Amino acid sequence: METGTEGARYTPQELMVAAAAREIRDGELVFVGMRLPILAYGVARNTHAPRARALYELGLMRDRAPEAFLATMGDPPNVVAALWATRMSNVMALMAQGRVDLGFIGGAEVDRFGNLNTSYVGDPGRPRVKLPGSGGGADIAILSRRWITLMAHEPRRLVERVSYVTSPGHGDGSPGWRRRQGLPGGGPVAIVTTMAVLRFPEGGGEAYLDSVHPGHSVEEVRARTGWELKVADRVRTTPEPSAEELAWIRRLDPEGHWTRPA
Amino acid sequence: MTMAEAIGRFVPDGATVAMGTCLEPAIPFAAGHEMIRQGRRDLTLVGPISDALFDQLIGAGCVGAVRAAWIGNVSEGLGHCYRRATERGEPHPIRVYDYSNFAISLALWAAAWDVPYLPTRTLLGSDILRTNPDLQVVDGVVRVPPVRPDVTVLHVQRADAWGRAHLWGPLGISEEAGLAARGVILCCEELVEPEVILSDPNRILLPETQVVAVVHEPGGCHPSPLQGHWRRDHAAYRAYAERSRTQEGFRAWLEEWVLGLPDRRSYLERLETGALRVRVRRPSVPADYGDE
Repeated sequence: METGTEGARYTPQELMVAAAAREIRDGELVFVGMRLPILAYGVARNTHAPRARALYELGLMRDRAPEAFLATMGDPPNVVAALWATRMSNVMALMAQGRVDLGFIGGAEVDRFGNLNTSYVGDPGRPRVKLPGSGGGADIAILSRRWITLMAHEPRRLVERVSYVTSPGHGDGSPGWRRRQGLPGGGPVAIVTTMAVLRFPEGGGEAYLDSVHPGHSVEEVRARTGWELKVADRVRTTPEPSAEELAWIRRLDPEGHWTRPA
Repeated sequence: MTMAEAIGRFVPDGATVAMGTCLEPAIPFAAGHEMIRQGRRDLTLVGPISDALFDQLIGAGCVGAVRAAWIGNVSEGLGHCYRRATERGEPHPIRVYDYSNFAISLALWAAAWDVPYLPTRTLLGSDILRTNPDLQVVDGVVRVPPVRPDVTVLHVQRADAWGRAHLWGPLGISEEAGLAARGVILCCEELVEPEVILSDPNRILLPETQVVAVVHEPGGCHPSPLQGHWRRDHAAYRAYAERSRTQEGFRAWLEEWVLGLPDRRSYLERLETGALRVRVRRPSVPADYGDE
């Protein structure tokens, strides 16, 4: 699965990892989810954010990428040289106090206000598709200071309104929705997809197209989005992964388990 | 005690059972498979995320309800048996009580501390509050009532015959699940002398008074990893995901890996375990408990 560019030297997933890594600022505490964000932390830590720390919900804190490939956050290499191996409720305690700067959440469906569904497609009493559920997703969405979701850019995934809100974003999109509901964290700031980066205005509201990945067009992205997608005044082209970022991605995922799908 | 005795004695039909409390590592698959072999029915499964084990018990028809944050296959995606049970009622319908990871931890802490609920801000704004009728919002906070397992099953690196155990690596919700439970079944990789465990009391997860059974079951966590002993068998998770896509495929898998085998030892004999064993030793420096 190469990008739209002939002979591209990276996959859409590799670009997503690089884009996600750049969202991590140096010194931040990052709540790392599964799959691509595990790689994004490793890339950020080894490039522009050497003092970023990673927190894993099963009860780990780290300040470096593990020495071996991780299929899950619970693989033994993730424990070696950890800063903290503990229980989940201790990790959640940090997040509840607002000490997690950035969280990553995977999603099956996201809507224009950044609400995520990872639970039920269709009636929860008799769903058309039963998805695995929240995991820590709802906790990250509600408690982290800001968060990002990554997903494939498909009309069935980027929908007008999700039928079930597992992890709340900006709710109905009205100003101050999260504050009125009592949600402590700031909510979603970006949706990184296989084609583009969507962002949210400061303080919440509706997602807009901020940058398009090389090989894709604004029209294509809008056609593949399940709502009338707003577009920034000046849409940028998402920067390609640098040679250094690509080298780290391939070192952390040597067989392309997450970044070079068959 | 053997696994068959422990499950036979302490996990009756209709029991509420917590398993997989470390999340991806140290999942007591051998205990779950024994519940399937003994034909348990109407279990309520309690856990945070469940990496394949709950899916297997659901597919085998052992489960009446789940109280969990996530049920699937962490490296492969959806849980196919979970989907069939909730979407089509196959092999029979199950009741789903949705939680987040933090919320199920709080429910177990509420039981451990014997309080009517724990208040939290997590889940505000989530439809989990709509589909789990046990969770209430009062005065702007979510009240999470207790969930008390009849039994919590843990797989640990080492235990003694008196029920004292060392578990290391990430602990997930093991501590609250063990404290809240009416009884704990300890499955251990190594059965050791009490002196080994008592030399490091800070590493003992739970008091022996919580433990009702100790089962020496090496490899009982396969295909999940265990720090210091086992790598995660990614290929086994992939094979399970592929074979469980259909009910027939799942039944064939179940026959081959669970129903057609008498115990864990014969299960391990079917595996190439050499490549799965952790080879690099990384012992910690002993802590000095010197007293006078």
